[in-house]
Amino acid sequence: MKILVTVKEVATVEDEFEIEGTAIADQYLGADLNEWDDYAVEEAVQLQEAGLADEVVTVTIGPEDCEQTIRQALAKGADRAIRVWDDALEDVDVLDVGAKTDILEAVVEDEDPDLILTGVQSGDDSWGATGVALAEDLGFEWAAVVNHLEHDLEDGVASVRRELEGGVEELTDVELPAVLTIQTGINEPRYASLRGIRQAQRKPLDVQGLGDLGVDAAAVEGAVTLTEMYEPESESDVTVWEGGAEDTAGQLAELLREKGVAP
Amino acid sequence: MTSVLAITDHRRGELRDISYEIITAGRELADETGGDLHLAVISGTVDEFAEKLDRDGVDAIHTVDYGEEFNHGVYSQAVTQLYDELAPQYVLAPNSVNGLDYAPAVANELDLPIVTDAVGLETDGDTLAVTREMFGGKVETTTELEGEAIVTIRSAEWPVAEGTGDAAIDAFDVEIDEGALGSTVTGFEEVGGGDVDISEADVLVSVGRGIEEEDNIPIIEELADALDATVSSSRPIVDNGWLPKNRQVGQSGKVVTPDVYIAIGISGAVQHVAGMKGSDTIVAINTDPNAPIMDIADYAIHDDLFDVIPALTEAFQ
Repeated sequence: MKILVTVKEVATVEDEFEIEGTAIADQYLGADLNEWDDYAVEEAVQLQEAGLADEVVTVTIGPEDCEQTIRQALAKGADRAIRVWDDALEDVDVLDVGAKTDILEAVVEDEDPDLILTGVQSGDDSWGATGVALAEDLGFEWAAVVNHLEHDLEDGVASVRRELEGGVEELTDVELPAVLTIQTGINEPRYASLRGIRQAQRKPLDVQGLGDLGVDAAAVEGAVTLTEMYEPESESDVTVWEGGAEDTAGQLAELLREKGVAP
Repeated sequence: MTSVLAITDHRRGELRDISYEIITAGRELADETGGDLHLAVISGTVDEFAEKLDRDGVDAIHTVDYGEEFNHGVYSQAVTQLYDELAPQYVLAPNSVNGLDYAPAVANELDLPIVTDAVGLETDGDTLAVTREMFGGKVETTTELEGEAIVTIRSAEWPVAEGTGDAAIDAFDVEIDEGALGSTVTGFEEVGGGDVDISEADVLVSVGRGIEEEDNIPIIEELADALDATVSSSRPIVDNGWLPKNRQVGQSGKVVTPDVYIAIGISGAVQHVAGMKGSDTIVAINTDPNAPIMDIADYAIHDDLFDVIPALTEAFQ
């Protein structure tokens, strides 16, 4: 069985930052493996360790800069990686769900995986929709927000739990080939070992352009434009206690005593 | 003329609050486009649901009497067929776990753009401007699109629609291809439970990612002991296995309404806030003065929890 995992490098933002136009100024940005995708990689690697998967391949849409993040996923145990990039993607400010789906669909057609794992959402733009849209596009079965997967995959069926709101889980059976969007907490993502990091440098990382995949450059323009970005206005009139830790703790203690909390 | 079709949400025989909030959002949008607001209620006891959903501002309710509980295949097929029949400009769906399990599929099937997790909507009839958040709530953005679209809306952002309406209620004749349902729901299970019910606590000492590592959890427990309070947490703490699932506050955990909620090292992601914003008094302790939790806190300390918490514990010992 082959597993394809979508891996995104997300932008991280410092506590204090400035906005320039419709973006956060570069000097306040960092980059990291999307948290939800980290769990998806771990789940795939565990399936491989359980002897169920023969190969774990990652796919990333992103520029050369994000190869370090891709190597993180390889260091955790993925076998090889595909990175899709193109000049046509360079100036796109919002790569919307439809555009991502078109690109990933072309990769899936080349790779023909039995199972696709994606994070539920990304930590930066938080669309939370690409996995399900991709499944529909491919005619695969799917389940969104999966926080448990039975690893036997008996008769080609993935028995999963979907984490609903309010502490309720839904038990669902999904026939392979399928797309599962993976929720944090499904497993405990490993740290890459030194050996893994060394091995990752030698693992294949294949770069594909839109033309290589047969995707029309017009597809990436998408329907959605980002027109504004700003810091949200605070809705509350919060009382901020000032001073050293002793002072602020003292003021909080006073409040708690007023509320009758403490003995 | 239909301009907005809004899809309602229910679970285990109960309509969820978002079903009434989506009426408000849908009505506003329908007013801006000069069209009608149509609702759809799919699966379950649809006639009973339709009566409850008939609130002020709803023009028509379409019931799809097929199956008991949510199945994303039934929802996808029903919404697609309703779209073909009603030709709405906008389809609204809840940004719930279930909404995200069918709305992207419908968008793909109908070749419509989808914008998720909207907290604001505005249209001049042609261009739709959707307000949403990025980077875990650190910034708000406006995204614009032309023409038809599917939008999922965040819960608790629009008020619940009130008042009795006089909507036309009709049974929509859906054709479901059972071979294409795409998954089989086999049951539900309540998780958590166990020794402590945090939703009953009067005082919660709640810990988040700022605690850094498991070995630091005892300083929170010591504070809770000193205050005779209960320990709860945000999602990452439970994901890491540092506290059991029944301590998790938030959308996928428990909704809590204590007299005092002390949020320690919690940034205040929307999923967490959804579970604790009903607390009477909220105190936030966080080094980041711009953390989203500060927007709903009544009192705040912008300082290192490793300095503040021991001092607070000491004050009560």
